[in-house]
Amino acid sequence: MTLELVSILDKDGKAQKGKDPNLSAEQLKKLYRLMVATRQLDDRGLALQRQGRIGFYLQSTGQEASHLGAAFALADSDWLFPAYRQPGILLLREIPLQKVVSEWFGNSGDTSKGRQMPVHYSFREANFVSISSPIGTQLTQAAGAGMAAKIRGDDTVFMTFCGDGGTSSNDFHTGLNFAAVYKAPVVFICENNGWAISVPSGKQTASESMAIKAEAYGMPGVRVDGNDILAVYRVCKEAVERARRGEGPTLVETVTYRIASHSSSDDAARYRDAKEFEAWKKKDPIARFQQYLKHKKLWNEAFETECVEGAKAEIAAAVKAAEALPNPGPETLFDDVYMNLTPQLKEQRQQLHDLMEKGGVGAEVGFFPL
Amino acid sequence: MSPAKMVKKKPAKPAAKAAAKSKPAAARKAAGKPAPKVAPKAAPKKPAPKKAAPARPVQGNAGLVRLLEDDGTIAKGKDPGLDTKTLLFLYEQMVQVREFDRRMLMLQRQGRIGFYGPILGQEAATVGSIAALQPRDWIFPALREGAAAMMRGLSLTEAINQLIGNGADRCKGRQMPCHYTFKEGNYYGMSSVIGTQISHAVGAAMAARIKGDDVVVLGYMGDGATSANDFHCGMNFAAVFESPCVLFCQNNQWAISVPISKQSASETIAQKGKAYGMPYVRVDGNDVLAVYSVTKAAAERARAGDGPTFIEAVTYRRLGHSSSDDPTKYRDDAEVKVWEKKDPVDRFRKYLVKRGLWSDAKEAAFKDDIAQRVNDAIAAAEAHGAPADETLITDVYAQVTPQLKEQLGEVLALEGRGVNEGAFPL
Amino acid sequence: MTATQAKTGEATPGTKVMTLLEAITDAMRTEMRNDDRVVVFGEDVGKKGGVFGTTMGLQDEFGEQRCFDTPLSECGIIGAGVGMAVYGMRPITEIQFLDFIYPAFDQIVSEAAKMRYRSGGEYTCPMVIRSPYGGGIRGGHYHSQSSEAYFCHTPGLKVVIPSTPADAKGLLISAIRDEDPVMFLEPKALYRHAKGEVPLGEHVVPIGKARIAREGTDVTLLCYGAMVPVCEQAAKEAEAMGRSVEIVDLRTLVPLDEATVLESVKKTGRCVVVYEAPKTCGYGAELSALIAEKCIEYLEGPIVRVAGFDTPFPYTLEHLYMPDGKRVLAGIEKTFVW
Repeated sequence: MTLELVSILDKDGKAQKGKDPNLSAEQLKKLYRLMVATRQLDDRGLALQRQGRIGFYLQSTGQEASHLGAAFALADSDWLFPAYRQPGILLLREIPLQKVVSEWFGNSGDTSKGRQMPVHYSFREANFVSISSPIGTQLTQAAGAGMAAKIRGDDTVFMTFCGDGGTSSNDFHTGLNFAAVYKAPVVFICENNGWAISVPSGKQTASESMAIKAEAYGMPGVRVDGNDILAVYRVCKEAVERARRGEGPTLVETVTYRIASHSSSDDAARYRDAKEFEAWKKKDPIARFQQYLKHKKLWNEAFETECVEGAKAEIAAAVKAAEALPNPGPETLFDDVYMNLTPQLKEQRQQLHDLMEKGGVGAEVGFFPL
Repeated sequence: MSPAKMVKKKPAKPAAKAAAKSKPAAARKAAGKPAPKVAPKAAPKKPAPKKAAPARPVQGNAGLVRLLEDDGTIAKGKDPGLDTKTLLFLYEQMVQVREFDRRMLMLQRQGRIGFYGPILGQEAATVGSIAALQPRDWIFPALREGAAAMMRGLSLTEAINQLIGNGADRCKGRQMPCHYTFKEGNYYGMSSVIGTQISHAVGAAMAARIKGDDVVVLGYMGDGATSANDFHCGMNFAAVFESPCVLFCQNNQWAISVPISKQSASETIAQKGKAYGMPYVRVDGNDVLAVYSVTKAAAERARAGDGPTFIEAVTYRRLGHSSSDDPTKYRDDAEVKVWEKKDPVDRFRKYLVKRGLWSDAKEAAFKDDIAQRVNDAIAAAEAHGAPADETLITDVYAQVTPQLKEQLGEVLALEGRGVNEGAFPL
Repeated sequence: MTATQAKTGEATPGTKVMTLLEAITDAMRTEMRNDDRVVVFGEDVGKKGGVFGTTMGLQDEFGEQRCFDTPLSECGIIGAGVGMAVYGMRPITEIQFLDFIYPAFDQIVSEAAKMRYRSGGEYTCPMVIRSPYGGGIRGGHYHSQSSEAYFCHTPGLKVVIPSTPADAKGLLISAIRDEDPVMFLEPKALYRHAKGEVPLGEHVVPIGKARIAREGTDVTLLCYGAMVPVCEQAAKEAEAMGRSVEIVDLRTLVPLDEATVLESVKKTGRCVVVYEAPKTCGYGAELSALIAEKCIEYLEGPIVRVAGFDTPFPYTLEHLYMPDGKRVLAGIEKTFVW
């Protein structure tokens, strides 16, 4: 049995009969605006990196439908344990842009005080849990959070993301197994974008799909067109509702494509065929959704300009404001290791302070390769 | 059903359809081109024999494969037709394992060995699967496959040396009992960590394939191990690299005190093969003929270069997890009673008796013989002293480091050194 | 970077000026040509040639059977490596960043390290675990840590860290030929910065032998990997202030060349231990204990540790976290004025 690929929008942006989730005009326009803004944010992030103004950037171009459609199915009180390619969720959850951009600069306006590489966001106020670089670790954490909510009787749902490479990680196995055994209210989204840095998904696993892996854990697995925002939304909405009803976790595989290289440090041309990339560029999720809005008479040039220019202006203002902020103070190095400073950390802080008084401590640091 | 058909595969998809999936490996295979990993620049000494490219998606058999009925009869056309020698070998090994097990547990109760992990109820699963291999094939066991070492020629005395941890023990008294090692028998010395041997089995199979050896690897695990990290990465690597191995899960229903229903929410363990694109089969683990046949088919498949197979043998752990465990604390005795009735040795004996290959007289003589051999082996093993002090520091590295020499020297210089009085809790 | 830097001009015959990164590739290439049991695998090591480029060209030369990409699973990479080694191959496994090694910790600590001992020497595990470690690339705390101490604390593992291109090649070849598992940790900060003459073809530097990187009489700096050039910088400055500094580049952390370490400290009577890992329970703590235990009577001042802070590795403030010449210099002064 092969899992079918769920889709709603055809390549011309027409919804298949009886499948349209019938979102309101307002909701549809909001989704479109978010997709456009996400792409703009991404473009700007990469530009800043290329200009040497930030150290690293990682794009989600081509995956806007996949993560926005999924997160749009959640209630605001639901939690997210993201991977590192879902920036649209920050916009959806209305994180001030200056905070987002400050994270790239790692400056004093950054929630994590410049301690993490760019795009490793953390926003407690949005139930958006701190991102880490190791692949897959968030999956088990989401399962645990789901188990906790169940024990406490909350009706919170937890959504967590990984890529195709993430399915090989230890935490994919333990996270899905725990969630299924304890019927935790978790929705696992595997964004299958075809590539784990230089390794294609066909070499990542011998299984016919990522979604079928759900059967190993006794949970439903759904395979959805990740460039079709309505299909992603609809499938995830069902999974979220199922979780909220106490029926346990679901694995959703969104089939999409990593249009950009893995990150600003990577050059995909070295290992991937341009034809494949060109083919996927034609399946752009924003263009497809735009067609749908056109059919519904919800899109016109003026709306487009408003979306693009509005996003550009907001981002530009955020970059300007963030770039003006200074680095975190040297003393912040020692904060938040524990709730309280240990005597050893106090001593080390003092030593650094004394050395800095003398001047000359701290030299230039190199560049990041991936 | 013939053994070869027990592992079902779907016919290959039409090339165009598979290619359209834009999955490079799938497309390559459908197009009949070899996977890149078997096409090195310098050809291996003996390229792994390769038949038609394996089809994807691969399907397995989640229905229970069973040949022998409880009363020892076999449905028409189902008998795998093994020769008398093989049949008697299987039975005698099962009886020997059971007797050895019983005696070793007694030895533990008498305080003569420190720990024991009994196999009672799982004799068919172990004996049937090992017997299906060639002697050159490698075995990566878990806790309850010690019988394999003995079937490969580890003498009873040597086995008991290991259980005692004496000076003649191959692992020099360094491991707990039941952690045998027997290199001449291609039997690997496992650790106590659950599941780690799965990746090792897969790695060894990958190596055999790279070297061009005609060797199949059999890796064992319990039901609890399916939750371990190494199950996930081992199964995935095995399938992605099409390594010549058979991964064999002895589902004995209990991981110490945790039942299989709390271990995984999946309907069967076998179906976990789907997650890795690996053919799978579920077999009655108390039916030695079924286990033998299924494993034989899987090993042949691996030997032909068609990649790994996952086998779930459904059986039951009738005793505690080990000599340190008391299962009455966590499970219902009625469940045990049910499984006692499904005893694998009784079932196979009935079959042999019906075929006129075994009798009560033969049984009595054989049991006397084992009892005698076990007695002799115990006596021989107990005559050995403890491992030499120096063995504490040898085999940490190929050469003993100066630091280790210094550390042992300091301790040996002291008088009245300690005695090991610890007791193991699980 | 005085001693490790290439002299200008022609290389000596039979040698070539290489970066540390190129020397590592050269070592693997040399051994893959020598010994068909040697295979290289890990994430992105094939077509891409590694995220830093250490395996560049290996798949082209040796084919996909001997240099290949794996699924994204450190546990699988090391576990399969153990199985291969047990079976008789010589796997070189690559963990993309040392920070990602923890899913494989079980396989390294409970399996690879104990294989020989637990099987009474019947089965062995001659494999190399290569991984870039340390700061210097703005990698934040998941691409910068120095976790060597975890592995030094595991009997059965050897731990090697080179600081020059020639050592990198010679030590890696020794590691591949070693009969035991070797953690070969590569100072990523020096991948492209350290350049020097490297012998072509066969070149072996024995495991377990330290190197006197600089001779001196007043104080000994004990260091390894990326801290060697930092110490060399500090030594130059100290010399200008009238302090003669000896530098011992350990090269191998386990098994440690105690004789060279103790001899140097006995000679100078002062010692600064420099490492970039967090200070508490770092490898320098072991060195300090060793010196206190075996030659305290020769000391004329306290043993001083200059190390990373006891914090996770930061992103923006990395330059403050990493021990630099100034901090080493301050450490040297502490051994004189206390």
